[in-house]
Amino acid sequence: MKEFFRRRKTSFTTGGQPESNQVPDDMWVKCSACRELVYKKELNDGLKVCPKCGHHMRMSAHEWLWLLDVGSFSETDAHLLPTDPLGFVSLDESYAEKLAKAQQRTGMPDAVIAGVGTINGGRLAMAVGDFAFMGSSMGSVYGEKMSRAAERAADLGIPLLTINTSGGARQQEGVIALMQMAKVTMALTRLAEAGQPHIALMVDPCYGGVTASYPSVADVIIAEPGANIGFAGKRLIEQIMRQKLPSGFQTAEFMLDHGMIDMVAERGQLRDIIGRLIRLYNVRPEPMEPLMASAGAYLNGRA
Amino acid sequence: MDETTPPTDDQPQELTPWDRVQLARHPQRPHTLDYIAALCEDFTELHGDRRFGDDAAIVGGLATFADRTVMLIGHQKGSDTRENVRRNFGMSHPEGYRKAQRLMRQAEKFGFPLICFVDTPAADPKKESEERGQGNAIAESILVMTTLRVPIVAAVIGEGGSGGALALSVADRILMQENAIFSVAPPEAAASILWRDSAKAPDAARALKLTAQDLYELRIIDEVVPEPDGGANESPQAAITALGARIRANLNTISQLDIPTLLRQRYQKYRSIGEYIEH
Repeated sequence: MKEFFRRRKTSFTTGGQPESNQVPDDMWVKCSACRELVYKKELNDGLKVCPKCGHHMRMSAHEWLWLLDVGSFSETDAHLLPTDPLGFVSLDESYAEKLAKAQQRTGMPDAVIAGVGTINGGRLAMAVGDFAFMGSSMGSVYGEKMSRAAERAADLGIPLLTINTSGGARQQEGVIALMQMAKVTMALTRLAEAGQPHIALMVDPCYGGVTASYPSVADVIIAEPGANIGFAGKRLIEQIMRQKLPSGFQTAEFMLDHGMIDMVAERGQLRDIIGRLIRLYNVRPEPMEPLMASAGAYLNGRA
Repeated sequence: MDETTPPTDDQPQELTPWDRVQLARHPQRPHTLDYIAALCEDFTELHGDRRFGDDAAIVGGLATFADRTVMLIGHQKGSDTRENVRRNFGMSHPEGYRKAQRLMRQAEKFGFPLICFVDTPAADPKKESEERGQGNAIAESILVMTTLRVPIVAAVIGEGGSGGALALSVADRILMQENAIFSVAPPEAAASILWRDSAKAPDAARALKLTAQDLYELRIIDEVVPEPDGGANESPQAAITALGARIRANLNTISQLDIPTLLRQRYQKYRSIGEYIEH
């Protein structure tokens, strides 16, 4: 998918993408759902939701910063770079080559951007994945940036918003990648102790080790309409398990029906919803008693 | 090109990672209930997640181990086809992880140390498990273990497959038997993801660094527990005794720590996993 950066609403400075060509062809985009041609400026003004059919197109991590108040974002931990901890022996492209290609394509060192900003004036820490970077797979840098975002939110006493899209754990980092599931979850216990909420937005697609860790135990889980969300991939279930899957299986709406998420929200509503949540979680009787340092205390009140 | 020295009878050939995968999956390898039966007294199995069902792919309950009451939880494979079908080959459903969470919280309530046996190819990947929230079930198990206020020892006794294994292995001490494996994904699945060919599983097994020796060097696990010659399948009783002694020793060590220290060390242990360059 092409990335568009003409309308930068925020102050980020990372990302080395060239401005899009000014040829007329590039001013129009074909919606992948309804195949209609859409004027790109109109599309980006609407956070890449097709004005013709309402399809939510994928957004890069940088584009997701459009959700924040203009100029409010300051990036943190921009200088974490991936390494090859296993000396991964690949049968085709080496891990280093794959990383270099993804870095060139996205202008990012790895799949996550993190920082602090505001939504409707409410301050929050934010960490967002980019599917264009090796499927936003969770490796050491992903895990470390998410963990630091959680700890930073705890230290600053502000909520954390994670925007999650991923194919799962990064195979090239082996069990180190798997352990990032536990690491980020561990870091989020600091946020719980600080009495601040974790709001997880799950966008298309979100699978594997990311679905099976921190977003699925967030205080509020929001998903975008039609987003594919699950643990095991559909192809695995159909081809290996040989099960027929109904239409709408593993969509955001399916997750809502099965009680796994709090709401399905259109992209245009997200600023209002998240802004409201920040206010609601921060207006409460003072002083807050520190939460019992037991998982039971923040698992839906079941002690 | 120089030829490497061929192995002689005096120098047995080093097992390849793929050889160890086969040993880790060997049907005659002792499974969770074999360890519990041989190492504990008065084992009383507790069933059900109180929400949906009882998953035979995970067993748990109370027993006496090393002169105290402990909570034991483990994936359970079968030793023959019929039992494997009943136990879903040790691949837990959401209700299995939720049963485990219930027992973990109960261990915390009564201050019983928790011992987990890890032996699963992966979490169950079927439609019904998705409908009941497999992702949430695994995530909640991980969360419960991060801050559980009792000592936790996890022992990988066969296959430690992906998130399904992690859901029972967030622990103060992770032990692995010499021929056990612990992997981000089953080698066949990793080969399929990486190279679109599950037949390349032996190459994936090598690349993933899934052996106990590799994971000890990567400082993911705390201890490699030796197995009898030929693997635990050759002499189950010896393997069980050896692991039991190491579980006991580790439990004794971490039981000396007060709970805040234990939790702080657990936080640090996981928080520091990962390799990256910062500049």
